[in-house]
Amino acid sequence: MRRTLKTLAIAALAIGLTASTANAQVLFWSNQAVPVEETQKMREQVLKAFPGGVDFQPQEPGPFITRIQAETETGTGAIGVVGGLYGDLANFADSWVDLSDVDLSGVAVSPAFLELGKFGTSEQKFLPWMQANYVMAANKQALQYLPEGADVNNLTYDQVIAWAKNLAEQTGSPKFGFPAGPKGLKHRFFQGFLLPAFTGSEVTKFRSAEAEQAWGKFKELWQYTNPASTNYDFMQEPLLTGDVWLAFDHIARLSEAFNQKPDDFVAFPAPSGPKGRAFMPVLAGIAVPKSAPDVAKSKELIKYMMQPETQVATLLATNFFPTTDAALPADLPASARALGPAVQAMTSSPDALPALLPVGLGDKAGQFNQVYIDAFERIVLANQDVRQVLDQQAETLRQLMVTTGAPCWLPDAPSEGPCPVE
Amino acid sequence: MNSKTLPYLLLAPATIFLVVFFLWPFLQIAWLAFSTDGGFTMQHFQTMASNWKFWPTFWNTVILAAVVVPLQLVMALAMAQVVAKLKSTRNTVLYIFTIPLGLSDLAAGIIWLAIFEQSGFLNSMLVGLGIVEKPILFLGYQNLWVIFIAVILAELWRATAIVMVILVSGMGLIPKEYYEAAEVFGAGPWKRFVKVTLPMLRPSIQTALILRTIAAFEVFAVVVALGGTTLPVLVGETFNWQFALNDRNVAAAFALVILAISIAATLVFLRVLRTPKGATL
Amino acid sequence: MSGAVATADKPRAVSDIGSAGKFLFWAGVVLLCAWVLVPIYLLAVNTLSSPQQVTAFPKTGVPSFDMGSIQFFLSFEGVLKALWNSVLVAVLTMILSIAIGAPAGYALSRFEFPGKATFRMLVLMTRAFPLPLLALPIAVMFIRIGLDDTPIGLALVHTTLAIPFAVLITFSIFSGIPLELEEAAWTLGCNRLQAFHKVVLPLVLPGITASAIFAFTISWNEVFAASVLTVQNRTLTAFLLQSLSVSPLHLRFAGGAALVIPALIFIFAVRKYMFAMWGIANR
Repeated sequence: MRRTLKTLAIAALAIGLTASTANAQVLFWSNQAVPVEETQKMREQVLKAFPGGVDFQPQEPGPFITRIQAETETGTGAIGVVGGLYGDLANFADSWVDLSDVDLSGVAVSPAFLELGKFGTSEQKFLPWMQANYVMAANKQALQYLPEGADVNNLTYDQVIAWAKNLAEQTGSPKFGFPAGPKGLKHRFFQGFLLPAFTGSEVTKFRSAEAEQAWGKFKELWQYTNPASTNYDFMQEPLLTGDVWLAFDHIARLSEAFNQKPDDFVAFPAPSGPKGRAFMPVLAGIAVPKSAPDVAKSKELIKYMMQPETQVATLLATNFFPTTDAALPADLPASARALGPAVQAMTSSPDALPALLPVGLGDKAGQFNQVYIDAFERIVLANQDVRQVLDQQAETLRQLMVTTGAPCWLPDAPSEGPCPVE
Repeated sequence: MNSKTLPYLLLAPATIFLVVFFLWPFLQIAWLAFSTDGGFTMQHFQTMASNWKFWPTFWNTVILAAVVVPLQLVMALAMAQVVAKLKSTRNTVLYIFTIPLGLSDLAAGIIWLAIFEQSGFLNSMLVGLGIVEKPILFLGYQNLWVIFIAVILAELWRATAIVMVILVSGMGLIPKEYYEAAEVFGAGPWKRFVKVTLPMLRPSIQTALILRTIAAFEVFAVVVALGGTTLPVLVGETFNWQFALNDRNVAAAFALVILAISIAATLVFLRVLRTPKGATL
Repeated sequence: MSGAVATADKPRAVSDIGSAGKFLFWAGVVLLCAWVLVPIYLLAVNTLSSPQQVTAFPKTGVPSFDMGSIQFFLSFEGVLKALWNSVLVAVLTMILSIAIGAPAGYALSRFEFPGKATFRMLVLMTRAFPLPLLALPIAVMFIRIGLDDTPIGLALVHTTLAIPFAVLITFSIFSGIPLELEEAAWTLGCNRLQAFHKVVLPLVLPGITASAIFAFTISWNEVFAASVLTVQNRTLTAFLLQSLSVSPLHLRFAGGAALVIPALIFIFAVRKYMFAMWGIANR
């Protein structure tokens, strides 16, 4: 017994010391397409055709950031391409290679997204990889409870509240669901949907009377919200289990419901408020770190990612839509067929009010989100006084804007110097 | 080799190892908690303590540990006693009892969520038996105490095995003559347990308590799985500051708080359960 | 060396308990076993069910033996290599933590010396500080010295996590063995090393086995350091399971099972060794 152990030990040590092998694949480090199914599709359907191969490694936020930090700090690394949301890439703006020399001939990229990819510099820090949005989804059983005169494709916040109320009262339990779980994207709802719809602003009017009204409306809605919402990260699951009949979420986090039971659900635009139908597009980008082992090869992968076929394959894998003019095929999966038109209806509605992702906050983007999350947890969950909470959170927000010096972005009016919080 | 240098030789590998792979990176992080632009500051601790969530977070963590660890000790003692009394089925039962050793907290969180969620197994059973008419929401944010109980159950399930294994291997070392002597003097099973097992087991109990308490202060994955952000704990907030808010200084301050309460608890156990004949750790 | 002692049992037989007590006792045993096994059974049920069944309500508690979720994981390219890396790192961790931790545990139990208090604090601090914060400085160090992305590099970090267990458990076991026993061996002409080898070692093997098992499972289940420190040579957890919490429900369960099963097999494989040793310790 002891001898076997000894042999085993020596063998393991020997292997442990020599097992590392060189690998010519480009390492694609991403915090998107993290769910295992999407990972699998990215590897098999999107990246397989890239000459030389790609090692696609999706990460949780912790390891994702830590590894990039470590490679940035040492100046040497294994990561060839980084894929992340706009805000994630902004954290390391100085670490990315200028991509303006990547040949994009024949591909028309959205100019607004290209501009975002410069972080206000003259260099192309990242290229827009894919985009998404947030919509509402409902179980078809819920439609009979729609308040009188309401059009599902043109709802107001009041109608949504009335609908949720009908559902709660007539089915016996609250059926509205909201992604307020630890990984849920609740802050985007407040930043890009609720507050702009009532105040026409994301930052400046954070503590205005209109904002107070908006939070009041949300508290009203919360009464008819399934209390398990604080555990929901992805609304597709409670929709599928039937715990929730009406929900708001990111399209990629609703898609499974449509793919598993295409006939059971409908998707439609987010509601509108007094100032319009506010919505917040989601933008993911791809960048090349300065520490990449083979920058030329990495840029080839970037170019590959922007090609129409790759963009369409990415849509099928992740439910994120192309950032280019790539033509969509006819045989899209059920989720894309349902969610695409809902997004389209929302962004092209007459009262559309786009609210952009925060610009110029750098590594403080997370603290910006926390201001809205804290406001939610204090006002809605802890039932604290709305006025008082907004005043305190507004102070944090104002300091954040002053420290970063970030000027206002849409829908707030342009500012000289840091965006003011009135 | 004399007994002056021998202990140091025996400790040398572990010391070097821990200095290189723990102490050195630790000092780098600890410095972050006290520095701003190269100077000394207490500002990060102030930011941490003035956050509205800090004290609830702190107390959640401490109370969880204070409830879970004693329960685990009692359960593990019971399990170890049971194992000691078994004959032919001993190995099977012991194997079953040790199974949770191999479970990650990630997996444990998933399993217990499947039990407690609204459309989970517990509700299926209650509805199936006709005890309730429709599924109950156990893990809602209004029922903080239910989440608390769920977390406690999951932690009891996941991490009692380690305490038990330490106790079982410690019990094996108690000479059976002691029990025989106690029996001769007419001591019943309970008396033998209190007068022989417990005192003789003291080093093992101390070890188990220290290891479990420290681990309990770092509880995270199970709490997040069952309670989301409704039940904030210290490690969760550390993560949040480090990775979501991108403020490594405040995250380091949180980590030092965890370290401080762990050391405090350890010192208490070392004092209260002092082992005889100078064999204290 | 295990066969002879496997039958050696604890002295307290069930015979001295009354029949009502006997019933209660066995009810307790069954209850405790169920407490451990039922949640694992439920995990198995959900793993072996179709996605529709996993989200269905009410649940039957009986699996439909739908292998889709499991096949999904097995079809991952590189699963076998990641599995191999996981085993390699875990075995290395096991060996290193015992080789480094057990001597320290012995020294702590047998000697009084200056610096003892400092050392024991260092050991405990290692356990009491959240690893994810340490991952960045360690990664920077590893990249600089070339240990980055090697199994041995990751094993070194996992060993750091396992050493406190190894030190403390071996310490408590060594403390339980009277010094007189060793001294007796010395008077019989053994030197310190021989006495240790012949007298102490057989007695402490159960504790050492226990801490070896901890070391293995700690390494097996560790995700964070593994994700940061291995890139091309990923461990199984880092390769496919770290994203568990954001994956669809049915795959979460299959992933959870993928995490649990190898650890169960490992404990099962070493159980005989472990239990036989626990038997021998019953002097």
